[in-house]
Parts: sequence; C-alpha cells; structure tokens
Amino acid sequence: MIGLNTFRENLRDKILYNLLFFALLLIGVSVLLGMLTIAEQDKIVPDMGLAAINLVGVIIAIFVGVGLVSKEIERRTIYTIMARPISRTQFLLGKYLGLVLTLLVNVAIMSAVFVATLWMDRLPIQASLFQAIQLICVELLLVTALALFFSTFSSATLSAIMTLGFYVIGHVTVDLKGIAEKSESQALKAVTTGLYYLCPNLEVLNIKGAAAAGHMVALSYQALASAYGLLYAALLLTAASLVFQRRDF
Amino acid sequence: MDAIFVEGLTKQFRSGWPGQPAVTALAGLSLSVRRGEIYGFLGPNGAGKTTTLKILMGLMKASGGKAEVLGKPAGHVASRRGIGFLPESPYFYDYLTAEEFLAFYGHLAGLEGAGLKRRVEALLDLVGLAEARDRQLRKFSKGMLQRIGLAQALIHDPELVILDEPMSGLDPIGRKQVRDLILALREQGKTVFFSTHIIPDVEVMCDRVGIVVKGKLLASGTVEELVSRGQGRTVEIVCEGFKAAVPPAITAARGQVLPRGNHCVVVLPDPDRLEDVLAGIRLHGARLVSVTSQRGSLEALFFHPPDGQQAGGHPGERV
Ligand SMILES: Nc1ncnc2c1ncn2[C@@H]1O[C@H](COP(=O)(O)OP(=O)(O)OP(=O)(O)O)[C@@H](O)[C@H]1O
Ligand SMILES: [Mg+2]
Repeated sequence: MIGLNTFRENLRDKILYNLLFFALLLIGVSVLLGMLTIAEQDKIVPDMGLAAINLVGVIIAIFVGVGLVSKEIERRTIYTIMARPISRTQFLLGKYLGLVLTLLVNVAIMSAVFVATLWMDRLPIQASLFQAIQLICVELLLVTALALFFSTFSSATLSAIMTLGFYVIGHVTVDLKGIAEKSESQALKAVTTGLYYLCPNLEVLNIKGAAAAGHMVALSYQALASAYGLLYAALLLTAASLVFQRRDF
Repeated sequence: MDAIFVEGLTKQFRSGWPGQPAVTALAGLSLSVRRGEIYGFLGPNGAGKTTTLKILMGLMKASGGKAEVLGKPAGHVASRRGIGFLPESPYFYDYLTAEEFLAFYGHLAGLEGAGLKRRVEALLDLVGLAEARDRQLRKFSKGMLQRIGLAQALIHDPELVILDEPMSGLDPIGRKQVRDLILALREQGKTVFFSTHIIPDVEVMCDRVGIVVKGKLLASGTVEELVSRGQGRTVEIVCEGFKAAVPPAITAARGQVLPRGNHCVVVLPDPDRLEDVLAGIRLHGARLVSVTSQRGSLEALFFHPPDGQQAGGHPGERV
C-alpha cells in the first residue's frame, strides 16, 4: 500500500515529463545523426541510448530516493502513517518498493523509445542491449537503497551529496585500489582501501560499452553481478531499517 | 484495565551540540485514562502535551518510565488498529483528493472493499466535507485539513481516539461541530484523550481533566473536583449609589471595586467575609442590586496551581 501510494505520488510529481523530454531528445539526436550519416552511427546511437537510460534512472533514484523518508518527516505526514498498524520496517520497504516500481516503469518506457529509435534508424536490435539494461536496473535498485539508507539519518540535501559521492566513487573503486597499492602515504592508503571495501563496485554492473558494440557477457557473469548488486542493496536496506527503528519524530 | 496508563514518564531531548544542556520535556508524568471517558489533557504551551502523545503513539521513545495504551506497551504495532490519532497541525499527502486520502488511510488500517467505501462516505459526511471529496488536499483550508484529519483518525472505528489540539484553527461553528463529535464518540462508548490549552473546551465536555505543567501532572480529576479545591471561588456584588470613599470593610476583605456606569461591582476573592462587606455597603448608604457567587473556574487553577507552581502560560494565548 505504502509502495503503491509512493508510486502514485511520483506519477503526480510529473516525473513523466522527464521521460517525455528524454524520449524527444533521443529521437531528435538519432534523427540528426541519421541525416549526418557519420560512419560510426551504428555504435553511437546504442551507446547514447544506454547512457541516457542509465543517467535519467540514476538521477531519479538519487533525487527522489533521498526525499522518500526525509520528506515524510519534514512534512510530518509520517505522524499519521506511523499511527497505523504498520511497522517502521514495513514503511521503509514500502517507500523503497514504490520508488523501485516508478524506476522500473521509467526504464521500461525509455527502453521502448530506445528500441523504437534503433528500429527507425534501421540499426540492429541486439540481445546484449537488454543485458545492459537489466544490469542498469540492478544498479538503480542499489542506488535507491543507498539514498534511502542515508536519508534515514540525515537531511535530504546531505543524503543527496553522500549518495552522489558513493555513486561516483563506486565507479572508480578499481582506480582507488590502484592508488592504495602505489601510494607511499599510510593515511592515504588507509582511506582509499577503506573506501574500496566500503563502496559498492558499480563498474561490475556497467557493461554498456561492450553491449553497444554487440558483445554479450556470459550469463553466469550477469547472474553473479546481479546477485552482488542485490545483496548489497539488501544489506543497505537492513541497515536503514535498524537506524530507522531508533528514530524519534 | 485503563485505556491509557502512564507512570513516571520522562523525556529528555539531547541538543545536537555537545556541552549544551538537554531539554527536559517530561519530568515524571503519571496519568491514567479510563475506558469510555473523555479526558482533557490541559497545559500551557511547552508543557509536554505533544511529547506525551507522541510517546503514546510510538512516534518517540521515552527516556524513562512506563506508558501503556490499551494494555500494550506504547508503540505496539498491532494494537494501533484500535487507536485513532490526530497530530498537532496535521499535514497530509497533499496530492491526494479527500476521498483517496481517506481510502488510503482506511487501507492502512486494514479496511477493504465495500466496507471501506461505506466508511469513507460516512466520514466525509460526518466532518462535512462531502462536496470537497474530489479536491486535492493542497487546495484545502486550514479548518478543512483539521476536519479531514479528524476523519482519518476515525476511519477504522477505533475504540481509543487520541487528539492533539483538535480544535485549533477552527472557527466557532467548527469548534462546536468537533465538540459534538467528541461527545457523540462517548455515546458510542469510545475513549477520547485530547490535549488542549483552551480551558472552556475542557470544562464543557470532559469527564476528567489532567493539568500538565513543565512535564508533570499537577492535578487530575473531574472539573468539579478540581474547581472545588478552593481556588477562585469569588463573589460579585453589584450595587448602586456608592457615595464617597471605599468602605473599609471591603478593603479589609481584599475586595476590588470596579465602577460600571452608575453601578459599581465589588469583587471579593473569597466568600468568608461576605456578611461584613454587605453590612459595610449598606452602612455607606448604597443600594444592593445583586450578589452572585461565581463558580470557580479551571482558569484559576491554571494560573495559581495548588502547590504554588506557576503554570507560566501566556494569558494572551487563549483563543
Ligand atoms: N524534537 C524536539 N527537540 C528538542 N526539544 C523538543 C522537541 N520537541 C519538543 N521539545 C521541547 O519539549 C518541551 C515540550 O514540548 P511539547 O511540544 O510537548 O509541548 P506542548 O505541551 O505540546 O506545547 P504546545 O501547547 O505549544 O503544543 C518544549 O520545551 C519543547 O521545546
Ligand atoms: Mg503541542
């Protein structure tokens, strides 16, 4: 129920306008590219499409995600919700699932527009693209959990900054490890190693480059990467729930 | 078993900064609300009313003491099915229409299908918002929000209703409606526990009253009991044709003389020396018009609590 209501809130929040904007942009760009007939067109369009789906998804996940709980507390709507026979964990999961539903619907619509664009440009619609989209979804689940976790104990703005930070670091953790190995300074070594183990390794979920070129990853890799992302998200949700139990409103 | 039982409840708020003292909102509050009664929780601003109510609803954790609601520790999830709650100046999902809003809250309380629909209809009628059912809550006035808030507290027909300042923001008609509504709840055998800083509200409808000041219960009992503890039983004497100076008998009885046109009102703080004063007035050649014994009011208790503690409220605060 909480989840469906969150979904309804998101709908009325006019997030669909983002989608429309995105779809128009994608079609516009690809039509433009079609006219210019650049040699690499069949790589650029899928590349851009996947990147755009990913970007729009992450933006929604972070900026709606950090407001899920903090907005309820700020607006004090939580008083009457928590007066109902539902536990705090149920409330948190409901909010999470509501946003996840919004995100999945968003991704589905964007993917449909994407595929339609490819089709209109007479470009191949490869299975690897769907692999990439599936892992994007896993990444969105993880980022949403991250945003929710931070927002159970800090303000929306601070949560957004921290989530964004973790997101960026999550994409460069391998580099962090490299820095840690090469670094002379003990302190820097400790910090980078710490971050390496703390932040999720989001690059694992990023197969966009290969997918755009039509290269599939092994199914076992896809399964393993998904499991990694989901497990991480589950841990974050558990932690969020523990923190949330102790809060005064 | 009492509907609400609170014993030695304490709550400290730690300030975010180290070194700053913690704020004590509740300092060992004890009270009990029996089933089927209307209990008024009266106190000045900052007395700890909202804090108490939040602890009872499980929105906050007490620092110490015991709080039980419907026989379960405060915050027990399943027992909330029997409780309706209206927070102070309520805020709701403003993108929902009145009807959707009530349906959503009914759903959360476990209502479904035709039964839910019936309840939504009934409550929209009850609080007089039937015409506004399709309007989004963001377009509601303050009084309408207060009403829809009351409706959501009652949607699941709870046996205990906890209201934080249910009358605030309402016009005289709205206040009367809410008052009647609360009285109707008692008729149905429900328990109502509400907080307020408005004394007449309590006097008119409460079975029992608890007065909370600075996080402690100063007094509790029926309005009659509290009033007859001796505070504020004044006598008003109206007379005519007062000639010169104030008769010494009035001064001796600590009376006040208030001129009203060609009449004169003498207010005595207590009735003990009434006979002396009346004799004094006659001696002075004034004609007696009326003598009335003013029933004491809770107000006096509010400002001059029994053990000398000042309530510390702002007199201008009475709405
Ligand atoms: N979240 C909080 N953090 C710090 N102090 C708080 C908090 N909530 C309440 N207080 C303090 O606790 C005391 C009691 O506040 P409370 O809101 O319970 O009063 P109240 O009786 O409801 O007053 P009012 O009639 O104004 O609503 C006040 O001194 C208030 O400043
Ligand atoms: Mg209050």
